[in-house]
This record gives sequence, structure tokens and C-alpha cells, in this order.
Amino acid sequence: MARTVLIGGLALGMPGKIHTSVADAFADLKAKGVLRDGMTVMVGGFGLCGIPEQLILALRDSGVKSLTCISNNAGVDDWGLGLLLKTRQIGKMISSYVGENAEFERQYLAGELEIEFNPQGTLAERIRAGGAGIPAFYTATGVGTPVAAGKEIREFCRPSDDTRWQNRTPVATSGTYQQMEPRVRPRGEDVPKRREYVLETGLFADLALVKAHVGDAFGNLVYRKTARNFNPMMATAASFVIAEVEKIVPIGELEADMVHTPGSYVDRLVQTKSEKRIEQRTVRKV
Amino acid sequence: MPLTRDQLAMRAARELRDGFIVNLGIGIPTLVANYIPKGVDVWLQSENGLLGIGPFPDEHAVDPDLINAGKQTITARPGASFFSSSDSFAMIRGGHVDISILGAMQVSQHADIANWMVPGKLVKGMGGAMDLVAGVKRVVVTMEHVAKGDAHKFVPTCTLPLTGKACVDMLITDLAVFQWDKQRAKFILTELAPGATVDEVKAKTGAAFDTAPNLQTITV
Repeated sequence: MARTVLIGGLALGMPGKIHTSVADAFADLKAKGVLRDGMTVMVGGFGLCGIPEQLILALRDSGVKSLTCISNNAGVDDWGLGLLLKTRQIGKMISSYVGENAEFERQYLAGELEIEFNPQGTLAERIRAGGAGIPAFYTATGVGTPVAAGKEIREFCRPSDDTRWQNRTPVATSGTYQQMEPRVRPRGEDVPKRREYVLETGLFADLALVKAHVGDAFGNLVYRKTARNFNPMMATAASFVIAEVEKIVPIGELEADMVHTPGSYVDRLVQTKSEKRIEQRTVRKV
Repeated sequence: MPLTRDQLAMRAARELRDGFIVNLGIGIPTLVANYIPKGVDVWLQSENGLLGIGPFPDEHAVDPDLINAGKQTITARPGASFFSSSDSFAMIRGGHVDISILGAMQVSQHADIANWMVPGKLVKGMGGAMDLVAGVKRVVVTMEHVAKGDAHKFVPTCTLPLTGKACVDMLITDLAVFQWDKQRAKFILTELAPGATVDEVKAKTGAAFDTAPNLQTITV
């Protein structure tokens, strides 16, 4: 089956992206310069849901250190990115929430680990922007909070908010956001409702490790339920992308309309038997 | 008697309207889902990429690929959809969610909210809270009126680092309900918990607020 898939891929003029094991997918990455100390790695997942768990194990076993990890969370003590914290391979985390990890807490309080907290939507958008070639964008999230400290702030007016006269309908309900001149103290009427936005930059990594449900030899990926989370954006926002999937199907089997990540983004993929650990098993009370 | 956590959730649930897209935070806000009024059908949004949260699963139906923002296993209701984190926060930040009900450590008289960090203590991160308060159409805060030792939580100015500025539309505590009045840029006390008095609320509040002439009692 795997053989057929590989031939299918080659027949389309593509070098084989499918690797038979996680170890095989990582084997030449140091020699190729993809894996190196101090590199930036994006790791998909929300909590332990949709994490590329077997690729994380391989990253640990590769021994690379001083990593900057961009991931929404930091795993738990004995699973996910928690494993790389244990081995002190991570120097910096860019995350939105890291609450479930005691080793993280210890290293952070001891000053051994740097952390940059991003609002979750800002993190997601920074990754999306990085992958889309957008160097920076403005968002209202975080204005007036420590997150915006030292960053550029600009005022814009959203079309539907351009209520120049109170109790009247807006002059425009669609169109482009209008950039506002520096604030002059509002006097009387004719003051559009302006709002402050903070400039956030895009993120791009050396390597992205993503988890999908099904993939094909071209690298087309389909995610499953809430295991999708950060994976699709990360697949677009790194120089080298490895996907861990539960099933590889022959090219042509995935309905083109149903593909979430086009295969061109993916450099390698490997089928694994994921454990898929659950953090908070909650069932209906009988 | 101050409201219990469940009574607080029950009061907050009355803010839901039929057809609303709703995001509920962790803690008391999560309980709101148990008290959605009869005849009101809402779509619960989970920031990790689901619109249409269903009930908790039966033991045999537990799916590690289907969790909520609190990392609990859940189900998806018929008509639900899954999407990426960036799509989820586009929904939140783009103003496509009708109401967000969330907890707070402090709310100020300027409608600022602080709910993500205490300096000197371990910071776990803000998760999606800053996005929710900045982007959702209506922000409702549920919290206990005072902290341990009767420390004020509804304060003139937040002393904790902010989650968002001038963004709270309504504050529901175990003692009272306050509505943000945009014209006056002030909170208005509109409802009292059964047995609570304006004087008691004033004594336990650092923030300035006005009192509505037609003050109501929260029905529980």
C-alpha cells in the first residue's frame, strides 16, 4: 500500500515525501541544515489535542537545543513539548497559555526559560500572516495592556462605526477601514468613532511540525475535528514542514474540495500510531 | 444573601437571546450553559475551533480530537462546524460573536478588565481573553463582588495588568448587576441580589457608579 502511494507520487514527478518512520523523516535533517541549535520551531496543537506527538519525540531525540518554540501551549510534564522542557532543549516559548506544566513553572521562575505571551488570536494571526507573506498587521486585541507596550499604535475607523452624528445611521456601513489623522480633541459633532489598534508582526519558523488526520503522497492534508487548531497556519509558516498523519491514502483519494492544507506546503509526511492523550476526560453525568 | 455561583450563572444566562453566537469562559461562565432559558437556542463557540458545542459525551463516545477551550472532552451538536484557530479568532476579533461571558479579577469604573495576571505570581498566559474582550459585540463579566478579606474587585482603576480597556458592557456579581452606560461613560447599578442593599454594595465597591431609579431585585 505504502509502495503504491510512493509510486503514485513519483509518477507525478514529485520526490518522495512519505517517510516510513519518524526516525527516517528526521534522519538527514541535521546534515541538510534543517535541524540546528537555536532554531525556531512551530508545533501544532491546542493542549494535547492535535499535537504532532511522535514528531516531538523525534525532535527531543535529535538533541537540538536552545530552541525557540512557537506553540499555543507547552504540553504537560510528561507529554508534548513538556518532554523538551524536561531535557532543557527549549530556550524560549511563544505561547498564549502554559498553565498545565509544573516543569515549565519551575524553569520559568528560575529564569532558565524565556516566555513571550501572545493573545491566542494574535498568535494565530501572526502565524497566518507569516505564512501569507504579510510582515505585520494591526489589531485591537491587547491595546492598553502589557502586550502592546512599546509597539506602534494607530487609530482607524471601521466603516460601520463611522457614526458622525449621534442617533443617526452611520454614513458608511461598508468600505475600507479609514486611517485616522492624529487625534485632535473632539469638538462638537463630526467625530467618527475611532479606535486604537496595535501593530503586530508576522511569524515564520525554520521548521513546523504539524499533525493531521489523513494525508496523501503530495502532502495534501485533512484535519479532524478540533485537532485542526493551529496546524493549518503552521503548515504555511515555516521553511520546512513535516506532517504526522494517522493515515496515508493514494493520490486522488482525497476529495479536492475537502483538502484543508494543499500538498505544496508539506515537505515530508509520516504515518504514525498516535496515542492521543486526553487532558480532561469529561463524560456526561448519568 | 449573596448569589451562589449557580444563581450567578442563572442571572447571566438571561442575557442570552435566541440565535446568539456565545463564547463562555472558564469557571462561573461555564455554568451558564446549564441555565439557558427555555425557548432560547444559542450556538456555543469554542475558541479552539468549534461552533456548536454539544453536551459532554457518553463514556463510549469520548474523542481525544474533540475538546473545548478548557481541554475537556465534549461533543458537537448537529449543525456544528470545525475550523482553524485563525478562523476561530477571526470570528471573535471580527465582531461575529454576539456575547462573551467571562470571569475577572478586577473591573474598573472605566469598564476596564483585568483577569490574566498577578505580578509576582506565576503567569499562565492570557489565552484568548484579550481577543474576546476586544472583539466580541457584548462583554459580560461574572465575578464575586469582593475577593478574600473583602478586598475590592470593582475598583476605581485596575491595579492589575489589563486584559482590555473600556470593554465591559455588563458586570454581574453575587451582590448586584451593573450596566455600562455609554452616554454617561459610567456603570449604573440596576439590580440587587435578594437581601442586598445599596449601602452594602457601596461599602464593598471602590468604583464610582450611579444607581438606577427603578432598581430591581434579581429573581432567583
